[in-house]
Amino acid sequence: MEKRVTFGRWTIGILFAVPQLILIFTFFYWPAGQAVYWSLTLQQPWGGGNIWVGLDNFRSILANADYWNSITASLTFAAISTGLAMVIALVLATLTDRQLAGSRLYRVVLIWPYGIAAPALALAFRFILAPEAGFMAAVNKFWPGFWDPGLDGADAMASVIIAFSWKYVGYNFIFFLAALQAIPRSLIEAAAMDGSGVVRRFWDIQFPLITPTIFFLLVINITESFQDSFGIVDIMTSGGPANATNLMVYKIYSDGFRGLDYSGAAAQSIILMLLIILLTIVQFRFIERRVHYR
Amino acid sequence: MVERTPILNFFTHLILFAGFVFCVAPFVIVAIAASHNLKDVNDVPMSLLPGSDFWINIKTAWTTADLGPKLLNSFIMAAGVAAGKVIISALTAFSIVYFRYPGRTLIFWLIFVTLMLPLEVRIVPTYAVVANVLSPYQAIMDVTGLSWLIEKISGVQVSLSLGLLNSYTGLIMPLIATATGTFLYRQFFLTVPDELAEAARMDGAGALRFFIDILLPLSRNNMAALGTIMFLWAWNQYLWPLLITTDQSHATAVTELKQLIPNVGGAPEWHIAMAGTLIVMLPPLIVVVLMQRWFVRGLIATEK
Repeated sequence: MEKRVTFGRWTIGILFAVPQLILIFTFFYWPAGQAVYWSLTLQQPWGGGNIWVGLDNFRSILANADYWNSITASLTFAAISTGLAMVIALVLATLTDRQLAGSRLYRVVLIWPYGIAAPALALAFRFILAPEAGFMAAVNKFWPGFWDPGLDGADAMASVIIAFSWKYVGYNFIFFLAALQAIPRSLIEAAAMDGSGVVRRFWDIQFPLITPTIFFLLVINITESFQDSFGIVDIMTSGGPANATNLMVYKIYSDGFRGLDYSGAAAQSIILMLLIILLTIVQFRFIERRVHYR
Repeated sequence: MVERTPILNFFTHLILFAGFVFCVAPFVIVAIAASHNLKDVNDVPMSLLPGSDFWINIKTAWTTADLGPKLLNSFIMAAGVAAGKVIISALTAFSIVYFRYPGRTLIFWLIFVTLMLPLEVRIVPTYAVVANVLSPYQAIMDVTGLSWLIEKISGVQVSLSLGLLNSYTGLIMPLIATATGTFLYRQFFLTVPDELAEAARMDGAGALRFFIDILLPLSRNNMAALGTIMFLWAWNQYLWPLLITTDQSHATAVTELKQLIPNVGGAPEWHIAMAGTLIVMLPPLIVVVLMQRWFVRGLIATEK
């Protein structure tokens, strides 16, 4: 889409974009370029110069079992938590969209988790899922050794997944509800008049019409599961036990800032960037083909 | 609805109620735990009846984590990011939509790419830039020979240095440097009728006049939506403030939560931790509650 009317003199036009350009150059393009450069050199911590090593950093990362473990953990985390958050939110949004008594109250409350900081809910869930206090302790009393996220990797992974999906149920709910409410009532009522049931109407009318939202949320959830997970992991498990929850972003942080391995952290950042860019491209292709814009 | 489906309605209510419990339970548990004393909070299972120590725990958490100044820092940071995004994105979108100049498409794509790479993945080099925000410019001068030239001519050795660690500027600027808002405005500006700009031009109004007097008032809803979303997003940031505020005077409330994780060994002070969590949870929750009616409506309006 183009504007018919524009304001001449291009020098003034560019001036309006200058603040944004300076900001993204300084805090986006320069660091991103720096990350590429560092990933190809061996960077001494605290500025002791650097040596060009080509792809050696990538080779040594990819040869490291810890890194593969971190990729597997991230993918597991992304798949399960995205799946949970999407399905639960879609079910709740579809049900709230049916106009029953009380829907409004549900609507109000189901949005709350959206506003909570990941680390705050992580601390809340750390308490709720603590093995020695509260409710899981009661389960442990009944069934000794059932739950211990401090020692058992699977339990720790389950804890961070629960906390993350809880937050994103709220987030997805808002978008699903908005998409569902945008569907004209008359369409659904006409189908009902033709005798199609609730389930049938969902699959034949509502679901196809909200596919753009579904794909949009899918990509947002997956990308966020690679980034927003940091606070949850840091507060709940610190990547442990035995690296079970050492997700990719957390590993970049701990290798870069605790291990002072800038080159290794930079190379990991590049791999994560490529992964996220790849996901975004896949989404665009997919949406272009599958989804019809109205 | 058009038909009577009592059984389905029953299950709808059942599932929605489960969803309700699922969403509210953590808040309730946090609030109840915050009202217990040390012994009760560690009871197995914890009593779901509120205890009597709520205000004492809130006070203890407030002073232990020094939450007053931390909340103020969070507020300054979130408001700064929200304001920065709202202003800068509007300027850029205006430039992209209402002007035709060489390189406009390039600028559009340069900005678009920033959506793909979040701060978290370029965190290490961004930290280095903030430690000396002029380092990119120094490097450019060095490479182009400009600093050599200046040294030859004036005898002054150029070394630009401006550290932003432990400063509000350092907290805020890198978070503004993405394009989230630019596209919201762009989409909106494209829907503004051409006749408005035409009329403005015929009345002799320049670009700036049109922008301030016509375009911005029309985008009031967009500005409020973007401002709210960015405020929440910035308030909830964790990794970035954790890294660059080594000095307590600029730490934010969210990063302070880490201080409240009970130590291993001894009875864990979960009641204090939960009181602190409650305090930190509250401000964004209030924003969500105040804005939500309008928020969902705004989303629907853009769809239609």
